[in-house]
Amino acid sequence: MRLSEKHWTLLILIVLVALTPFFFPSSYYFRVGSLIFINGIAVTGIVILTGYAGQISLGHAGFAGIGAYTCALAPVHLGIHPALAVVLGAAISGALAWLVGRPILRLKGYYLAVASLGLGILVSMLLTNEAWLTRGPDGIDVPDPGLRDLFRAMGLGFSATEAWYVFNGFMLIVGAWLALNLYDSPTGRALRALHGSEIAARTVGVDVAGAKLTALVISAVYASVSGSLLALQNKFITPDVSGYMHSIEIVTMAVLGGAGSVLGAIFGAGILTMLPQVLTVFAEYEQILLGLVMMLVMIFMREGLLPSVLRLVRGRGE
Amino acid sequence: MTALLEIEGLGIRFGGLKAVQDVSFSVKPGEIVSVIGPNGAGKTTLFNMISGVYQPGQGKVRLMGEDVTGMSPHLLARRGMSRTFQNLQIFQSMTVLENAIAGFHLQERGSVIGDLLGLPGSRRRARAAKEGAEALLARVDLSRAAEREAGGLSYGALKRLEIARALALKPKVLLLDEPAAGCNAVETEEVDHLIAEVAASGIAILLVEHDMKMVMRISNHIVVLDHGEKIAEGLPVDISRNPKVIEAYLGTQAEENHAER
Ligand SMILES: Nc1ncnc2c1ncn2[C@@H]1O[C@H](COP(=O)(O)OP(=O)(O)OP(=O)(O)O)[C@@H](O)[C@H]1O
Ligand SMILES: [Mg+2]
Repeated sequence: MRLSEKHWTLLILIVLVALTPFFFPSSYYFRVGSLIFINGIAVTGIVILTGYAGQISLGHAGFAGIGAYTCALAPVHLGIHPALAVVLGAAISGALAWLVGRPILRLKGYYLAVASLGLGILVSMLLTNEAWLTRGPDGIDVPDPGLRDLFRAMGLGFSATEAWYVFNGFMLIVGAWLALNLYDSPTGRALRALHGSEIAARTVGVDVAGAKLTALVISAVYASVSGSLLALQNKFITPDVSGYMHSIEIVTMAVLGGAGSVLGAIFGAGILTMLPQVLTVFAEYEQILLGLVMMLVMIFMREGLLPSVLRLVRGRGE
Repeated sequence: MTALLEIEGLGIRFGGLKAVQDVSFSVKPGEIVSVIGPNGAGKTTLFNMISGVYQPGQGKVRLMGEDVTGMSPHLLARRGMSRTFQNLQIFQSMTVLENAIAGFHLQERGSVIGDLLGLPGSRRRARAAKEGAEALLARVDLSRAAEREAGGLSYGALKRLEIARALALKPKVLLLDEPAAGCNAVETEEVDHLIAEVAASGIAILLVEHDMKMVMRISNHIVVLDHGEKIAEGLPVDISRNPKVIEAYLGTQAEENHAER
């Protein structure tokens, strides 16, 4: 039987998540892997928004900030379990995306990019300035959701970094599975259709504004969950999670790897998460290098790294 | 029988240009009404107003008796209107089959949650749409190209793909803007047969086409536009003999000759 693209993608992800730890020289790499998964989740949301529906957001870190700070604040102030705070954060992010997207997405053009940029900055400012609640720019502690205990109860004696590696890997695979289901579903097809031609999509009955709003809300939930996991894993979060640079990072990862493909975009998340760890120059000049990566991808391989390479390989095989 | 589609005094202006002015006619079930006229006469603009792409400046569009003037295209689609485009509107990066499946959107759509989780209901509807799309591709002779990326097809093939996609909606009214453009003689004849077949199934067809032989052969009724105004309408035999029509066409030809010199 020939495997579909969906099954291939899931198989590759599962194998990578499960087998790469055997090659890790130190436990530090569990942390890097885990960060890749966290970024991969946010980037998978961008695949749905940008790759499927063709809409650009420059403020998704704002939703990551909401997810992160809900995990920091809700357990303390509302007394809910941190795991439930992930869900609450996702709900708040989704609702906010809906409220902002509803008036904006009725208009044609690049209004979403501008509005999301504004939203991201707004969230970031609130998290930085409302120090009475968020403790301001220095960051805030995040309660432990008890992940290690959960694994221990299952008879798995993981260290904290290992536990987060496994859990975030699992979450990424679930996120990818949902996005892949969507791709070939009626909703996903409507999103890809409006990306191709809005007027034709309308003509076949697609409520274009509604479909775009759906994509925006789903991608906001992905970003929010990604932010929540980052906060919970680090047990600490600063407003940087919602910063403009993080928004740009997320988009660049997707574009570099290939925003139209789930595996490609996650691959992009992998590269751009690892680079600063391996090359200290990259960390220093991150802004310049992100800009450069964006430009080069747009000029030389608009589909992104992975789809372009696959096309080359397939072309040679024929 | 009462008309499915009624156009009443429809008009629009672009700045100073009266692109369409006070045009009225109607289309009954199973009838093929053609709109002809020289380049720039306002045929596509008329289609765009009827299908909700443009807001008409004046006049009314009624679909099965309901006033649908200026209604959004996706709502018109739900009410049974479907169309193709003169300047192709294809989902380029989707396969030919996916383009046809997209035409089934209203029949296959369900809940977003069901689609994300890949629930059985969602998959069943998607499968039904796929089967319907395959049947339509066979009908327009595109089965062999089903898995190809649509962007790579020839112009004539894409025209037929648009017809298949429009038929997927199971419309009551179908607007075709130059469906035979870019088709060779054999393909034109196929399109010709297809349109007649669709009309025979009771669908009201509004057609814009420059191939006069085809228009005269398959139309029940012809509306002639010139400079945005209806200058004549009637049976094909009458239209072909109408002096105003002949003048409109010969007139523009004379102008074109003049411009070339
Ligand atoms: N969106 C628009 N803005 C301004 N002018 C327009 C617009 N759409 C059409 N026009 C003008 O309206 C007139 C009618 O154009 P239309 O495309 O309807 O003609 P047509 O009869 O379809 O011609 P053809 O046979 O070449 O397709 C033309 O003069 C055209 O330039
Ligand atoms: Mg036209």
